Amino acid sequence: MSEGPQFLDALKSRFGDHIRGVNLDNIDPWVEVAPEAIVEVCRFLKTDPDARFDMLNCISGVDYFQPDPAKAKRAGFEPHLEVVYHLSSTITKHTLVLKVILPRWKDDQPGQLPELDSVAGVWRTADWHEREVFDLMGVYFRGHPGLKRILLPEDWEGHPLRKDYELPLEYHGIRGR
Amino acid sequence: MATANREQIIELDVRTDELLVNMGPQHPSTHGVLRLVLKTDGEIVTHVEPHIGYLHRCAEKIGENLTPRQWIPYTDRMDYLAAMNMNLGWSLCVEKLLGYELPEKARHIRVIIAELGRIASHLVGMGTYGLDLGTFSPFLYAFREREKILDLFEEVCGARLTNSYITPGGVTGDLPAGWLEKCEAFLDQFVPVITEYHTLLTTNAIFIQRTAGIGVISREMAIDYGCTGPVLRGSGVDHDLRRDGEERYTEMYDGYAFEVIVEKDGHYPRDHDYPPVPPEAVLGDCWHRFYVRMLEVMQAIDIVREGIEFYRASSGDWGHPIKLNTKLPKGEVYLETECPRGQMGFYLVSDGSAIPWRVRARSSCFCNLSVTEELCRGCLLADVAAIVGSLDIVMGEIDR
Amino acid sequence: MAEFFAQYMPAWGAYLLTALISVALLLAVVGLGALFFIWAERKVAGRIQDRLGPTRTGGKFGWLQSLADGIKLITKEDLAPADADRLLFRLAPYVSLAPSYAALLALPFADGWVGWEINTSVFFLLAILGLEVFGVILAGYASGSKWSLFGGMRQAAQVVSYEVPLGMCGVIPVFLCGTMSLTTIGNMQAGWATNWLIFHDPFTFMVFWVYFTCAVASVNRAPFDLAEAESELVAGFHTEYSGLRWSFFFMAEYNSMFVVSGLAAVLFFGGWNGPVPIFASWKAAGGGWEIVADLAGCLNFIGKAVLGVMVMIWVRWTLPRLRIDQVITTCLKYCVPLAAFCFVGALAWQLASLPSPNDWLSPDPAGRAAVREPWVERAEDGAERSGTSGAEELARLAEDKR
Repeated sequence: MSEGPQFLDALKSRFGDHIRGVNLDNIDPWVEVAPEAIVEVCRFLKTDPDARFDMLNCISGVDYFQPDPAKAKRAGFEPHLEVVYHLSSTITKHTLVLKVILPRWKDDQPGQLPELDSVAGVWRTADWHEREVFDLMGVYFRGHPGLKRILLPEDWEGHPLRKDYELPLEYHGIRGR
Repeated sequence: MATANREQIIELDVRTDELLVNMGPQHPSTHGVLRLVLKTDGEIVTHVEPHIGYLHRCAEKIGENLTPRQWIPYTDRMDYLAAMNMNLGWSLCVEKLLGYELPEKARHIRVIIAELGRIASHLVGMGTYGLDLGTFSPFLYAFREREKILDLFEEVCGARLTNSYITPGGVTGDLPAGWLEKCEAFLDQFVPVITEYHTLLTTNAIFIQRTAGIGVISREMAIDYGCTGPVLRGSGVDHDLRRDGEERYTEMYDGYAFEVIVEKDGHYPRDHDYPPVPPEAVLGDCWHRFYVRMLEVMQAIDIVREGIEFYRASSGDWGHPIKLNTKLPKGEVYLETECPRGQMGFYLVSDGSAIPWRVRARSSCFCNLSVTEELCRGCLLADVAAIVGSLDIVMGEIDR
Repeated sequence: MAEFFAQYMPAWGAYLLTALISVALLLAVVGLGALFFIWAERKVAGRIQDRLGPTRTGGKFGWLQSLADGIKLITKEDLAPADADRLLFRLAPYVSLAPSYAALLALPFADGWVGWEINTSVFFLLAILGLEVFGVILAGYASGSKWSLFGGMRQAAQVVSYEVPLGMCGVIPVFLCGTMSLTTIGNMQAGWATNWLIFHDPFTFMVFWVYFTCAVASVNRAPFDLAEAESELVAGFHTEYSGLRWSFFFMAEYNSMFVVSGLAAVLFFGGWNGPVPIFASWKAAGGGWEIVADLAGCLNFIGKAVLGVMVMIWVRWTLPRLRIDQVITTCLKYCVPLAAFCFVGALAWQLASLPSPNDWLSPDPAGRAAVREPWVERAEDGAERSGTSGAEELARLAEDKR
């Protein structure tokens, strides 16, 4: 585990405001990064001699949205999307969690996917992971080499892991609900 | 590396019209429902595009509607060839969130079962790889031994394939009386059989011709693509989560002596009993990946033997599964375990209720498979089967 | 046989009857042979793989399994894909089966037990076995499936390459015996096993293995079964076939296996002449005893051919498949030079009159059955007696022969 090693300080001093917050109290400490800086931060973490995060384990999207208005008041969060990057290093054996907080819809217009820069240029494994996040969670990755659906058919509508997703009534003659 | 470049020389010889071929989703060597769209120039493959998702069963969405213990059977169905290891990964992840301390006995049961699962899974990997290369018999020899492991599993939990044995909080039951002796008897008769596999495959001249120098994944490429497990170690990266993972996982293996199977100076640990690396083989090729799996079987046998001794010496309880409606503390955890096919990660986000807010499974084969596109470029049609087989993918895990 | 019937009926009737009987007998060999070999393959494969293979159909050993499969295949729908070239698609199985069956015509089962006695039967057999590939190419092309096309093209490349060393291997026994007639080649190896051509000299011993490798490749069996390579090409050239048409390819394949093994038995293993000459005196006795001896010889020959097929089955269930470039490499880099080397070596051995094991091992009291054209020996004997030079006598006899 990486309990606040040197690269965190380096990260903060280098990127300043782009590091929105560091949570070391959680079981897996995480660093919140501004969406516009994610590629730079990742590149830094991959190349920095203290960090050497050469492996991107996983990119996950989490939808923080309570569809039930009664529960929404008690939910304790504003509706938003999180893209979580789990990094590790095969050299130093450190692990790190990066988070990017995005609006659920771009400019709050439903149907407009939020955008984020792709890190596929940093780790090539991000290619498929980002396609999956795009497919299931609906985040558009700018600069991705070929962003298209990966698990679902290309003509599928909607992004099923969104909390307000509803199964289509019918797909090519197959009953959905 | 001369071997690795040979294909490209052929490619430039003659160029003909390109043929677009659909390999799968119904094809004998795509291990399930993988679809590869091949562009071929005669026998030479110029472009490969994997299409996945034919086995997508919405496991993550289902996980958001069930309690962690209810989700255990769904983890079985991810990597259905190593269901026990999937259970283990998810259980550890939930326990990490709960801060649950596992009793000594349960820890050793888990080690024994997980390593047996690893043997069973590698046996299938080995057998089906033989099938990919066109030899049928090793497949049945592998299944013969795998059946015995499944018999042991059946005795432990009643199920052979989708076990749901390891659960958050421990395991669903203690090992039955006399089980350890049966397990030891199995290991004793299994060790000599491995020599048979080496004769039929590892040292077979045709097998070496078909795999050595084919599909070379360099060290950097393996890490860059997030390859894990035998694929990563076959490329010479010394990384095994059982030793290098996070504490929650490595403490399970406390006291166990094992060496990470990775090549050092042309030799593998404990390869003195086994065939030497043939001169044609290049680090990171199909042969090395296969060999790493074969050696991991030996390693797993030793760990199981140690585990049996530890289990006998341990006292206390075998742990009890958590209640179905246990409230999860608010927070999020991510945990990766070393499954037979690579690092299987589970990410759990909890909002404080009994049902997780978000569940995410990081599949090892998913990342391993993403190499195919680059790896198969410029190889022969028959090599596509050899390369995809050497990655040892299970579509259930890729599509979830 | 025709002469026998001619005593009772006009000549044309006798020939027709003889032809019909030969054809019926050979058809039985093809049909029953295929049934037996498919059953044997499943049984042997089962045993190799720690299984039982078929056990139920027809009693104890599942020996009716192939027949049951055959009935199932007959009742199956005869499908042709929409994209297929229907005429060629339907034609291909017959094109494949016919040459394989025709090859049996010239294959002697015992001394004189041959459908069509021709003095160039080695040539005929090698030529007609090469035709079988047309069926496969046709099937691959006409199926309208890309996998089939791959299979057909692979087969074409493979067979064209392997014809070369196969022919060269076949030529060696031919020049040792001085004849292309399989019956004569077989008869020359009478006596003890030491008289078999495989033991003639080290080169013939070596060339047999080259021959066997090439034979396995030319009949498209593992590890050279690239045309159907199920893990790469689904099922290769017969991907789109079903029912009886599909089974024709298999009958052709198993029959070809039998033919190349039989050819090996005649060329290298003395054909119907056993390792021990038990029936030699019966054969000499003539009459009914001769028929018994020939029958034993026929069984002997079939036994050897079946043994060859069994080895092919054994190899198939043991080895992985080669890649196409490796198959061609094996042929051009190893088989052809080896065959050529053996050709020259055997020739030199013969020219230098070096001894073969039969010369000093043969315990046969009747004297050694030399592996030589009989008329050469007669020429030598005559030359000794008459005092004329051997060369003159040879020339004279050669003249007579013509």
